[in-house]
Amino acid sequence: MKIHEYQATELFRAGGLPVVQGRVATEVYEAVMIAEETGYPVVLKSQVLVGGRGKAGGIRLVKNKEELEDHFAQLKKLTIKEYPVEKILVVKAIDIKKEYYVSVTVDPAKGDVVLIASSDGGVEIEETAKTNPDAIKKYYLNGKKDIDEGSWKPFIQSVFDTPELQAEGTKVFGALLKVFFDNDCSLAEINPLVIDGQGKIYAADAKINFDDNALMRHENLESLRDLRYEDPDELEAKEKNLSFVKLSGNVGCIVNGAGLAMATMDIVKLSGGQPANFLDVGGSSNPEKVLNALKIILRNKDVNAILINIFGGITRCDDIANGIIEAMGQLELNVPLVVRLTGTNEKEAKEILAKHDITTFSTMREAVDRVVALSKK
Amino acid sequence: MSVLIDEKTKVLVQGITGRDGSFHAKQMKEYGTQVVAGVTPGKGGQDVEGIPVFNSVAEAKDATGAEAAIIYVPAKFAKGAMLEDIKADIPFIICITEGVPVLDMVEVKTALKGKNIRLVGPNCPGVISPGKSKMGIMPGHIHKPGPIGVVSRSGTLTYEVVYNLTLNGIGQTTCVGLGGDPIIGTRFIDVLEMFMADDDTKGIVMVGEIGGEDEQLAAEYIKKNVTKPVVGFIAGRTAPPGKRMGHAGAIISGGDSTAEAKREILKDAGVAVVDVPDEIPAIFKEKLKL
Repeated sequence: MKIHEYQATELFRAGGLPVVQGRVATEVYEAVMIAEETGYPVVLKSQVLVGGRGKAGGIRLVKNKEELEDHFAQLKKLTIKEYPVEKILVVKAIDIKKEYYVSVTVDPAKGDVVLIASSDGGVEIEETAKTNPDAIKKYYLNGKKDIDEGSWKPFIQSVFDTPELQAEGTKVFGALLKVFFDNDCSLAEINPLVIDGQGKIYAADAKINFDDNALMRHENLESLRDLRYEDPDELEAKEKNLSFVKLSGNVGCIVNGAGLAMATMDIVKLSGGQPANFLDVGGSSNPEKVLNALKIILRNKDVNAILINIFGGITRCDDIANGIIEAMGQLELNVPLVVRLTGTNEKEAKEILAKHDITTFSTMREAVDRVVALSKK
Repeated sequence: MSVLIDEKTKVLVQGITGRDGSFHAKQMKEYGTQVVAGVTPGKGGQDVEGIPVFNSVAEAKDATGAEAAIIYVPAKFAKGAMLEDIKADIPFIICITEGVPVLDMVEVKTALKGKNIRLVGPNCPGVISPGKSKMGIMPGHIHKPGPIGVVSRSGTLTYEVVYNLTLNGIGQTTCVGLGGDPIIGTRFIDVLEMFMADDDTKGIVMVGEIGGEDEQLAAEYIKKNVTKPVVGFIAGRTAPPGKRMGHAGAIISGGDSTAEAKREILKDAGVAVVDVPDEIPAIFKEKLKL
């Protein structure tokens, strides 16, 4: 789960990180009040959950109230990659002398948490990674949750060149690690971390992604979710314990298991059809899941044929069959349904469906060929 | 032969009194797996399907000589279950549980360091050595003993592959489901190495998907070390970038993590990469003269 910069900034502030003075504003009068507290010049930063906002003109430096009012109004009309700007972070402008990149993330291959820092530029970090990979320094935590004094010195010295900055940097990195672990983040990033004319260090940006699997133990974080960035069908699917991603085609797919669901979409495409969605009903599916899945898929008016592809393991085919019958009783199913069932309780399932004149297939290829043909009629 | 488990492996089931745990303990036992113990804290002394239940892994191990553990507990208890196995020095652990937090897995990986313990999963279907033993949730009847080793990041997609092999009379030595999470205990390379060392395994199927770089690492390994024929399938060619496709690890985050990139890298390593799982049997029939 991603959150906005202003929300991440508040988590950083609570964690003792040196964030820049300022707050988020929705209306221009709020922005003026904040600017009067911090003093001009201030930076107006559009809050969107997509990259490239700087290039899209979403960040403005303003020197006085008139400029603020003018640019604030412009930003409020701005749409960045289809997302309208609703909130704007107003922060005191900093006289930047040097920029750094800092982040904490998980290295899946090593199964360890890694702190990444670079003194070479901040914002252009992806470019630095390509052109000058040696400038990117990594510190692995070796399963610990904090800095280890013994191995820390060479790392911090490779990032900052003066003892003062090294001491300040150690505090910042320590605080960032704490925020990372306390909130089960998958990424906590400051880009850029800056040094101003007086040699003071600031987190001039804040980015946090949370581990979706860990949200169950952080109920307070759910309120940070910006629903405007979530597809309503995907959200509803999640509530119903289904995994759903919408695509642009017309063949609706209901599958058990993520791998098989992806493979089903791939083979629909290879066979000349266009998959309308990814949908995994998950393991141990009860009949109700099929009903919920069909409801979500039928809302997509592009869908003109539906493929149900089930390989029973933990999922019982007869549960799926009962779900299909129940759904047909409750929903107005005006598109053809193609069903493939194999595995646990396949025979019982086929008997249930045969009673309702639903033809079933045993192989994926036969079922895909059939549904693709129907989708072209 | 088979890898990881066989008819002699003594298995304990964590979470045996739960819905999934009891159902699959029974299924495993019926398949022929030596399920010697169950563990649920506070429920010691009971029995499930004739399997004695203990309060702790250490107790179960002492009483029964269990040498492998399979975990069916909810996600928030999965870390504790794995750490308990590691503490009790259970040499082989399978974690079926889906939804384990990533930082919990960092703790588990740290606890595994320096120990001679193998973990498979989490978020995986388990391991089966057809005709000998099943530790997992896969439907046993679609498998049959034979010469092919199967290793996969997926569950039901693995069943699809196995089903196609079996339908064509081609059996399997062992099928290993690695799991769909970013941090997992066992990776492609570990299992490829086991299949290379197992004389009965004559050919290998590798089922990958979008996200991460394990298939790329496997390709490098295959190029250097694998002399047996490998057939590959990669799921997610139609997956849009940046979207998590069910599995926590299945997300395209850069050029190398797309299905097409992985397919090309595997082809370059000499792997026969197929478009549809039902194309796999014919390749083995030709290469292994089956």
